Amino acid sequence: MLQVTNLTVKFPSRRGEFTAVENVDISVKPGEIHGLVGESGAGKSTIGAAIIGLLQSPGYVAQGEMSLHDTNLRTLTPAQAHAVRGARISMIFQDPQTSLNPLMRIEDQLIETMQAHEDISDADARDRAVALLSEIGIKNAAERIKAYPHQFSGGMRQRVVIALALCTNPELIIADEPTTALDVAVQSQVLDLIRALADERGIGFILITHDIGVIAQITDKVTVLRGGKVMETGETAKILREPEHPYTQALLAAVPRLDKKIDRFLVPATEADVEAPQIISGIDAEAWLLDGGVQDPIGLQAHDITVKFAGERTSLFRKPDSFTALDSVSLDVRAGTVMGLVGESGSGKSTMAKVLTGLVQPSAGTMTLGNDALPDAKSRARKDQSRRIIQMVFQDPYSSLNSRHRVGALLAEPLWLYGLENDAAKRRALCEAMLSLVGLAPDAIDKYPHQFSGGQRQRIAVARALLARPRFLICDEPTSALDVSIQAQVLNLLKDLQKTFGLTMLFISHNLAVVRQMSDDITVLQGGKVMESGGSEPFFTNPQADYSKNLLSLTPTL
Amino acid sequence: MVYLIFKRLVQSAFVMLAVAFLAFSLFRFVGDPVSQMTGVETSTADRERLRDELGLNDAFAVQFYRFSTDLLRGDFGYSYRTREPVGEMIAKRLPATLELGTFALIISLMIGIPAGVYTALRPNGVASQAILLTTLIGVSIPTFVIGIMLIFLFGVQLGWLPTFGRSGTVQVGGWTTSFLTIDGWRSLILPALTLGVYQLTLTMRLVRAQMMEVMKTDYIRFAMARGIPTRSLHYKHALANTMVPVITIIGLQFGGVIAFSIVTESVFQWPGMGLLFLESIRFVDIPVMGVYLVVIAFFFVLVNLIVDLLYVAIDPRLRVKEAA
Repeated sequence: MLQVTNLTVKFPSRRGEFTAVENVDISVKPGEIHGLVGESGAGKSTIGAAIIGLLQSPGYVAQGEMSLHDTNLRTLTPAQAHAVRGARISMIFQDPQTSLNPLMRIEDQLIETMQAHEDISDADARDRAVALLSEIGIKNAAERIKAYPHQFSGGMRQRVVIALALCTNPELIIADEPTTALDVAVQSQVLDLIRALADERGIGFILITHDIGVIAQITDKVTVLRGGKVMETGETAKILREPEHPYTQALLAAVPRLDKKIDRFLVPATEADVEAPQIISGIDAEAWLLDGGVQDPIGLQAHDITVKFAGERTSLFRKPDSFTALDSVSLDVRAGTVMGLVGESGSGKSTMAKVLTGLVQPSAGTMTLGNDALPDAKSRARKDQSRRIIQMVFQDPYSSLNSRHRVGALLAEPLWLYGLENDAAKRRALCEAMLSLVGLAPDAIDKYPHQFSGGQRQRIAVARALLARPRFLICDEPTSALDVSIQAQVLNLLKDLQKTFGLTMLFISHNLAVVRQMSDDITVLQGGKVMESGGSEPFFTNPQADYSKNLLSLTPTL
Repeated sequence: MVYLIFKRLVQSAFVMLAVAFLAFSLFRFVGDPVSQMTGVETSTADRERLRDELGLNDAFAVQFYRFSTDLLRGDFGYSYRTREPVGEMIAKRLPATLELGTFALIISLMIGIPAGVYTALRPNGVASQAILLTTLIGVSIPTFVIGIMLIFLFGVQLGWLPTFGRSGTVQVGGWTTSFLTIDGWRSLILPALTLGVYQLTLTMRLVRAQMMEVMKTDYIRFAMARGIPTRSLHYKHALANTMVPVITIIGLQFGGVIAFSIVTESVFQWPGMGLLFLESIRFVDIPVMGVYLVVIAFFFVLVNLIVDLLYVAIDPRLRVKEAA
């Protein structure tokens, strides 16, 4: 049905042309789901945009043929191409929060889309829209169709997006990371829906994703991309079982396994690995950290932590309803071990981290760090030791480093703030050594955060946390913004550091496979309550709570 | 919704109280009211008697309370200069300024929004660049220069439009309007244009910047991918989302236009509140200045309240959450 041959997309820039996609061939049959997988910068989304004719300016198709049945997509005039969009090819975007117009009822958005492509009355269009929404799994569709996008939850919103893509009966749908922003349970439902649509309606899908689990779960064929070139293509089952290309093999090896715990990840070789020969070694930093007594592991206990947030005030005479983010949650992180904290979005994982670091005031509960009581947010003094002992690595390395400061200034901050090193020259030497320790070239010290990739920035964030001589490290989804191979590197680094320095760690993630690789113990949260808590390996081999079983069964595996 | 309005009203009341306090301080402490009212020959005893009669020896709080309640009742006191009630003087001048401001606002929106949309959609077009450059020049020249240039061109050289004053007015109830006669419109065009140029540029640039942002969002790209007609894409999907932040600035600016039409009114000898204010300053007519302050603050508060309500009308996310 869709035939793409020899597609090359170029982006002209001041420094010459950048080839984003080079000689790519793809074919999709009706009812087939074709996966495009690769890391960021692989050109996955660019291929999708080229097919639907929405390449971001100044990108252009330099050569190649694209045809849908007997329509040549490359020779269409802009007006013809616009008519093809929606009617024959449609698209699903990554984030359902942002892909619907917030100011229009979904009814109007659906009807408008249908009327753009066929002559259909308002009433008929509405009937069809209601039928479609019910088919897609929105209950009480006749009522809900009048709602605005913000009145739907994330998963329901993605269903609305799918309904919008479907309402014109297209032959091909390009789904660009359709489940990346969703929780596991919702992801699994949306993927089932896509599979069902392909089977029942015979729609061809191009599924763009970085998640090999998703590829394994629903695609028929897969194309592995890297740097705009096809590495390998073929039947999904075959490629995942017997990958031929070394890159595919490395990529598969870097994916954290849900079914067994391995010691280290294999990391696919990238250009970044060939770094400048290291003049300054990390040994100084290592010695400094060990010197600071990091080798004494410290445990942390939290008892019956409850956090309530005030809701929005709707009336003058009623107290605003409060929302309970955490409900009597107890945690026991044993000294020198890694506790994995898992749960869906909204389960209170990050709130727990904020309570421990003193950023959120709990309404009830007590905490102990080592042998001493850990004061809560309001009573924790600025100078309290725990502020240094507990350090945090945040989820998004793009926003957790101040982009106006040089790396050197970012790293030196904990050193002078906690009075660990008062001599500026020594501080600088220590920062350089620490950069080596986390695997970065020491000359990074004079650069700004934007000069680094996501993985490198996360390493800087880790280095910053270590420079406070922490004994307890909280990692809040440290790798969820990163590609698989970078994720493997960062996880390896964290494992090494934890072992060498005997750090105690709280590792927060929604990705069960990653948690299995990292943690000794595990706690499962749902809706602010602890569902299950215990040793990590027993949990994965024999989960007790129904919720945990469900969560494990829904996680896509290779 | 009701709660929101209530909250805004309470806030507004506090703002008005603060402004009334300023106005009162101006009235009471800038110069001595008694020596303003009396001549050199008035004896000290007479002055003291006057002071007592006027209540100027009462406690500060009592005086302020009296001042505020008088304002609330609509009793604005008397002008030092003309001996007329200030309320009447303002009421006579208010229509002229409001009509001028409103018409200037309409001009700026009617030209500014389409021009903003156009320049956002064709950021590199020759016409867009020309528009941007022209408005940049327009906003760099002070208002009075623009006014004088317009007078010179259309009034003196071409002789198409009157150069000053407000003619062709018709009394409708207590309101004198120039919207009903050709003459009235003719005299309104030049001052309104002068007053609106700055706001026009601001609106245009704001719409342009916002629109360019909105055109990059996922929901616009998704709408493109669904083949939504271009016209609807631009004017229904994109423009509505553009307007939310734009309305705030336009609202604030409208308050400013009313308040600071002083320069334009003086260039065109437009008999509005700005001109009245200028005259009052010249004669140190403090009661008029104080009341002017209160009236302008009232307009600011009112416009902001309207902006808040418009927000709710445009953006469903701000409405009280119905059962989701």
